[in-house]
Amino acid sequence: MTAWPVQPVVLTTDLMLWLIVAAASGLLWRARATPRLRAAFGQLARRPVAMASLVFLAPYVAVALLDSLHFRPALADTPGAYGPAVESVLDRLLTPLRERTEKTYSAPLALHSFARETVTADDGSVKRVFPRLAHGGAHLADTSARGTDIARRLLPALAVGLAVGAALSGLVCWRLARRSGLPLRAAAGRLLRGDTDTAWRSALLAATLLAVTVAAVAALATAYHVLGTDKVGQDVLYLSLKSIRTGVIIGSASLLLALPLAVLLGTAAGYFGGRVDDLVQYLYATLNAVPGVLLIAAAVLTLDLYMDQHVAAFAGVQQRADLRLTALCLILGATGWIGLCRLLRGEALKLRELEYVQSARALGQTQWRIVTRHLWPNLTHLVLLTAVIDFSGLVLAEAVLSYVGVGVDPGTVSWGNMINTARLELAREPAVWWSLAAAFTFMLGLVLPANLLADALRDALDPRQGGKH
Amino acid sequence: MTAYLLRRLLYAVPILIGVNLLTFLLFFVVNSPDDMARLHLGNKHVTADAIATWKRAHGYDRPLLYAPEANGVRRFTDTLFYEKSARLLVLDFGHADDGRDIGRDIRQRMGPSLAIAVPGLILGLLTNITLALGVVFVRGSGLERAAVFLAVVGMSISTLFYIIGAQYLLAKLLNLAPVSGWQDGWAGLKFLILPLLVGVVSGIGGGLRWYRLLFLEEAGKDYVRTARAKGLAEGAVLGRHVLRNAAIPILTGVVAVIPLLFMGGLLTESFFAIPGLGSYTIDAIQSQDFSIVRAMVFLGALLYLLGLLLTDISYTLADPRVRLQ
Repeated sequence: MTAWPVQPVVLTTDLMLWLIVAAASGLLWRARATPRLRAAFGQLARRPVAMASLVFLAPYVAVALLDSLHFRPALADTPGAYGPAVESVLDRLLTPLRERTEKTYSAPLALHSFARETVTADDGSVKRVFPRLAHGGAHLADTSARGTDIARRLLPALAVGLAVGAALSGLVCWRLARRSGLPLRAAAGRLLRGDTDTAWRSALLAATLLAVTVAAVAALATAYHVLGTDKVGQDVLYLSLKSIRTGVIIGSASLLLALPLAVLLGTAAGYFGGRVDDLVQYLYATLNAVPGVLLIAAAVLTLDLYMDQHVAAFAGVQQRADLRLTALCLILGATGWIGLCRLLRGEALKLRELEYVQSARALGQTQWRIVTRHLWPNLTHLVLLTAVIDFSGLVLAEAVLSYVGVGVDPGTVSWGNMINTARLELAREPAVWWSLAAAFTFMLGLVLPANLLADALRDALDPRQGGKH
Repeated sequence: MTAYLLRRLLYAVPILIGVNLLTFLLFFVVNSPDDMARLHLGNKHVTADAIATWKRAHGYDRPLLYAPEANGVRRFTDTLFYEKSARLLVLDFGHADDGRDIGRDIRQRMGPSLAIAVPGLILGLLTNITLALGVVFVRGSGLERAAVFLAVVGMSISTLFYIIGAQYLLAKLLNLAPVSGWQDGWAGLKFLILPLLVGVVSGIGGGLRWYRLLFLEEAGKDYVRTARAKGLAEGAVLGRHVLRNAAIPILTGVVAVIPLLFMGGLLTESFFAIPGLGSYTIDAIQSQDFSIVRAMVFLGALLYLLGLLLTDISYTLADPRVRLQ
């Protein structure tokens, strides 16, 4: 028997994230068959804003997925045994960031610690000084050389980023030329003028910008703490990257429960009417009457109490945090289906009177077949649109819920928890602003493209509501 | 009309009972009062006696739904459901875990909540409508696209950042207003500046988009074209015709949220230390006082249903074409 170098560990939230990615891919694949959605996707691809948003969203999804592949590394000294700590692939990739911790706060790109320390000099005199950091810029013998060192690192990074952008552009250009049968020069001209069916120009610009940023950050991160360190000296960049998984999971995994609930209840209410309709309407009227945050808070408090009483069932800290995240997703899902359900009910009410559904019924098709073959394909666009719109709302909700104390586990790295601690740090003198700035930037980087994409999708799917003319 | 309102009122009753059952289920069935007692007494070294004492002191020493050993109607009234949940239906909120009268707390804290929420609503409404009219006025231009993009950016920023940013920049660095606090009477006016500002600014993103859609829809109608065809200036068309006709959906939308103003803003109140119902709720959640959370859930549902009712009434008042039956 050969011992594996690692033992894969599948956390519940890992499973949920991969499941939702698989489900979304499946849904998109199937949606290509519906003319309406195909047209909408085509329209989306023509919109520069939508393409740029997709490019900016891609690294977030990639980081979240990499951070959702967990394993236990094998112990070096005892073959066949695995360490107790669960790591993710992302942790491994970021090992230098993770392990280069300082003693306490330090500003972005700083060489010295934020807090004074008492040191005893060789001659026995005691002084209060800002000590040099253990890792941030430790390679510099002369502290005044920081500026030139940073510039020396940034220049090649800029070149690499631009080169990546150029290579991607070349690739797109070559494909355009092959597809259209134009000479390469003419294709390049079209690309530059933005005269292509798919808005490649904005996508490539966004990709180049992204490549330059990533290269610059990576170049600096090898020697500095690009976004500073937090109270216990952890690299804020690492924490921000780890937060991505929490945000993406909250935004997407909640839909794993909300969407099926909404689809099943909504179509059932609209299509069957009568008692079923009454029941579903009563259900959502009741849930809707309770203020959202309070309902979530009530559910989370109950969960907390339950977990408190059954401590034994949740072995590790990590397991507990993961369970809390799972439960939060389920709770957000259980309260978040109402809007879509209403929408689908109304739509199903309309569809069931349409001739093609009537004729399917006259032909004696089973109810199940009518619902799955005739109703659902015509409701897919609403589900897709709601999913994209809800995503950003959920990511923002996580921060608020974590602040209120009913969000993710305090031990889970998340933007909400970062903001929560950053609040007190801002009151210090001088203020510790970098954790907050990092959380702000990373959150905006996810929520803004998601909102822009949702807008573009809404315009493409439903010109009436879009308000564009 | 009266018959319709009466029916709507009756329709609210099963929903309120549903809300009641839901909270009852969450707080008493999923977790037993024993768990609650243990939580409040601390988990370590809790004796059965201590739990029983705590439960008796807080009125949790009753069966859930049915008391077999009691007589007559007391079989149903001597239960947790009747004592803790059903009483909410007649606005008897009971006592918090520390023995305070929740009903009195709520009455006391409504004032500060309203002092923030009412001016906040009015200022926000004025700001958003003015901005949206402006954006509709320049529609089709680059300025409009920029404004819509900025609105999306505004929507993409968490309220937490608005609050923390305002407290840091305006209060701590520039010293324009106190960071947080509360004082009754006119002297306390300075404490309102920052929360109101944050409320208005953080609402611009969503509000601008919403009102812009309303105005655009109205601006696409035939009578607007007629008004323009007879030579009316664009500003007059928007101000005199579009705004007045869009007032109906705006009004009904506002009426729906008026009752909920009593609940106050959760985040604003707790960040700015305003002793309203929002911070009351947050404190209750953080100290895990289930009685208060239960009361607030019920109050919120009640006010929400009241808002629905008011919306219906305002429809008939604002638009004579709408007849309720």
